[in-house]
Parts: sequence; C-alpha cells; structure tokens
Amino acid sequence: MSSVPSRNPSRGKALSFEELLAKVQEGFPTVKAGSAPNGARWIAVEAASLLEVARHLKSEPSLSFGSLCCLSGVDLLKFPPPAEKDGPASDQLVCAYDLHSVEHGHELRLKVSVPPERASVPSVETVWGVAGFFEREIFDLYGIEFRGHHDLRRLLMPPDWIGHPLRKDYEYPVHYADWELKREGQAFESGPYK
Amino acid sequence: MNLERDGDYITLSMGPHHPATHGVLRLEVTTDGEVITACKPDIGYLHRSIEKIAENLEWYQFVPYTDRVDYVCAMNSNHAWVCAVEALLATGAETKLEIPERAQYIRVLFAELNRISSHMIGLGAMTMDMGAFTPFIHAIGQRELVNDIFEKTCGARLTYNYMCVGGVVRDLHPGAEDEARAFLDGLEKVMREFHALITTNNIFVGRLAGVAPVSAADALSYGLSGPNLRGSGIDFDLRRDKPYGIYDRFRFDVPVGKRFAGDRGALGDGYDRFVCRSLEVQESIRICRQVLDQMPPASGKEDDPVGGWCVSKAAQKALRKPPVGEIYFRCENPRGETGYHLVSDGTKVPYRAKIRTGSFCALSIFEKICPGLMIADLVALIGSFDIVLPEVDR
Repeated sequence: MSSVPSRNPSRGKALSFEELLAKVQEGFPTVKAGSAPNGARWIAVEAASLLEVARHLKSEPSLSFGSLCCLSGVDLLKFPPPAEKDGPASDQLVCAYDLHSVEHGHELRLKVSVPPERASVPSVETVWGVAGFFEREIFDLYGIEFRGHHDLRRLLMPPDWIGHPLRKDYEYPVHYADWELKREGQAFESGPYK
Repeated sequence: MNLERDGDYITLSMGPHHPATHGVLRLEVTTDGEVITACKPDIGYLHRSIEKIAENLEWYQFVPYTDRVDYVCAMNSNHAWVCAVEALLATGAETKLEIPERAQYIRVLFAELNRISSHMIGLGAMTMDMGAFTPFIHAIGQRELVNDIFEKTCGARLTYNYMCVGGVVRDLHPGAEDEARAFLDGLEKVMREFHALITTNNIFVGRLAGVAPVSAADALSYGLSGPNLRGSGIDFDLRRDKPYGIYDRFRFDVPVGKRFAGDRGALGDGYDRFVCRSLEVQESIRICRQVLDQMPPASGKEDDPVGGWCVSKAAQKALRKPPVGEIYFRCENPRGETGYHLVSDGTKVPYRAKIRTGSFCALSIFEKICPGLMIADLVALIGSFDIVLPEVDR
C-alpha cells in the first residue's frame, strides 16, 4: 500500500497562469495581468466586459471554470500605493473573483476595480448562481452596485442601516433606530488596534 | 408565525426561532397549500462582524474568533486560519515558517476528530429533524467523547483556540494517543449500530429518498462544497485534490453520491448527502489511525514539539512584517470549503480577511431548489445541507 492518497483519475489538464492569461487574451485583448509583491497573480478585467469574460471562462472547454469559490470585496483606500501604478488611483474598490475548475483543477483570480463614487459592476449571477449571495453581501458591506442582480438588498446588516461597514472610511454610527450606540466617555475608534 | 394571504398563496415566516432551522435563520416561504412556490432565506441575525473585527486585530489574535465562525467544528476553523496565514507567510522569502512535524500531525488528528464530532451533530440533528430521537443521542454521546479528549489537551469543550500560527499551543496530554485509539474503536461499533438503526431504516430511507435532488451542474454553480457537493456525484475533496498541511501523506477514499436509495431516490437527493456524510466519518477514522501510527514522539524540548507557548519566536517575528500581497487559501471543513482571502499591507494587522464558508454558499441555492418542495421537505433540506448559522452570518 503506497502512502499516496487515491487520486481522481478523470482530471483534465491544469493550465498554468500564463497559459490561462493567453487563452483569455485571445478573446479579450483588454484583459491585463496583475500581480502583488508576494507573487499573487490575477487577471484584471474592466467592469464593462466582465460578464462576457465570465461567460467565456465558464463555457470554453479548455478553461471550464465551473465554480466561483469566493467573491470578496476589498477597499484599497488605505492600502500603501504600489511602486508602479496600473490604473487610476480612484479605482479603489475591488471585487476579487476566485475561480476554480473541478474538471481541470486549475484556479484563477479575476479582479474588477471601480471608483467609489460610481461603484457599479455587472452581476455574474447568471453565470455562477452563488454570486447572487456574494454580491448581496458586497453590496451590503461595500456599497458596490451589481447591475442586473435580481434581488439586490442588504444581506447581513439590517435593511435600514446607513453606510457600508467594511469601507475603510466608514464611521461608526452614533444612533441606530432608537438606540444610542455611543455611550458617554467611550471612544469608538475605527482603524487597526495599536 | 406570520401569515400573509394573497389569493391562494400564503407567505409565512419560518424562523428565526424555529427548532428545525439549526440556528437563527428565517425563511420567507410562499406556499400554495403544502407546496412551496418561493423561498427567500433571510440571514444576518447572528452577524457579529467578524471580518471587520479581523481588520483590528493582529494576525495571531484572530484565532479565537475563528472558533466562533463555526463553533461546531472550531478545530477545523482554527486549522483553516493558521494554514492560510502560514501560506501567506510562505510567499515571503524571510517569513516562511517551519512547522514542527509533531504539531502537523496533532493538527490533522484534531481536525479529523473534530470532523467526526461535527458530522455526528450533523447526522444526529438530521435524524432528529426527521422525527427519530434515539440516533441523535447515540451521535451526541460520541461527540462528548471527542470533547473529553480536546478538553484534556486544550482546556475547552467548544471553542478551543488550540492551533496557532507556527504550531499548536501545547502538546497532547499524556495518554491522548491511547484515548484517541480507544475512541476510534468504540466509534466504529457505534457507527455500525447507527447504520443498522437509521441509515438503512426503511422508513428513514423512504423519507429522504428523492427529496430535493441537486444536479451536479447546480451544485457547482451554486458553490456547494464538501459532502453536499459530493452528494451530487462530483468527486472532489480539497484534502486529496489540493492537499494542505500534511494531508498528502494519508491514504483515504472520497465517498461520492450515487443514488444510494436505489430506484426510490435520485442522484444528489437528501439521502445521498446523508450517506456521504456518514461514509466520511469512516474515512476520518482511517486518517486518524494513520496519523496515530505515523506521529513522531515529542522531543521533550521546551520550545520544539509544538511551536512554543502560543506563538513561537520565529512566528512572532514573521507576523510583525508579513509579505505585502494577498492569498486565497482553501480548506476542507466538515461543512464544505472554508476559504480565507487575506490581504496584507505588510503590517501586523490584516488589511482584509474575507471568510468564505460552506453553509453560506449552501444557503444561496435555496431560492433555486425550494419551489415545488413540500413544507415538511424544507426541514429535510436544511438538515441534509447541515447548515450552521454562525458560519453563514459570521
């Protein structure tokens, strides 16, 4: 008995990031590669072409990204600016789509950046059903609007909550409904623990 | 219960305080008689803003909060977080940590024991939702035994705060290996009894067969993971296909749904998910035994076996200046994939920590598959997905 766990024999071919990028750029030349100092890499897509790119990623047989593992929002307002800038500084709200193909076993991160004053991204819930919930969560916590979502409401916070708590410029509210949230002499400070 | 009448349709609120919703979940159900025509999950009752809290704590301080993300399998949540942070540190040249061998084995042992105890709750609660009380008592009795082992080692029975970046907080208590072996032997007997009592029980099979089948395409599109995904016939397990920690050293099978109820059922129905979960308990027993066979002994040095008290010196140094960048790390938890999307700005505090959980994604499919179900089957559906609400709301 070998010590290697039993493998799924029906796996297709996992592509590397370069191959995936080349495949996507064949159909969508505007797609760019992005990277972080720690070696994380992703493809940066413009909001206008997101839906077509998403459909292509799912339906193209050699890619077949059938599942959206995670869709997370990031507010780059207080993130230290990188040495060389790719896009305009105002595109600070980021949606990061982590995709995975069970068939081939490859993974890809896709990113869309939007400015906070016009934070609007097309919804991909027609491509990956789970995006419906993820997008409601991001709408709730970051205030990014997802065009074409069938039921865009707050998901976690109460429906009458004001503001988007995970934005970096969010200020803690003093009142909610009839309740006073800030007691006298108690400082509510936003920002990292020191 | 709130009732609203609209012609032949009635809209009623199931929950948030309903014994079958496994926590505070409200389902806004529109029914035509006994048949559901629409169902909208309403969540957020347990929202504790854990992701916001993460942005205000240091990397290692967040471990106790991961206990609260899913308290039924707190050890697995711990494991996912420390593996994610270690994977982030490993992307920097100077911050890569060496995890002591024994700590790696302890982690897998405890993760698998917690997976067993979590599945016992899942299976037991499922049978209780279906009206059988005895199997639940059998199942929860086994969970207590696991909690005893955990309590002796780390002092807690529910929220363990046991794993830390760079190792585990302390070594196993003396005699833990023997207790674990005795537990596994006893569990095998209880599982045989459990299967005879309920898994192969004709009434129980008939109750779940064909209830709320999820097609493979839907399961992938709606982000089902873990036993829920495998119940729909998709052969995918992160422990085998994207191994993390030392899972690549163990041999185990991945149970996949294949119409276990025979002609009465359908692929991906409630019974398939139930059986997949119960077969996974057997595989976890196999993994635990291999861990116990291979585990190196404690070296006896103060700092070595487990990485030192709380956070080892190397980990402390690395966590003060983690690499700038991001990572998405996925772990196989009992309720499916738990993923952490970590963004680091190079300081000792996470810039962003997004938690993706299995139950959250499982709830997103309700709107799609509920129409056409009977109200009583909705309870079976919630139970078969093994949804835990703190994990949904975070």
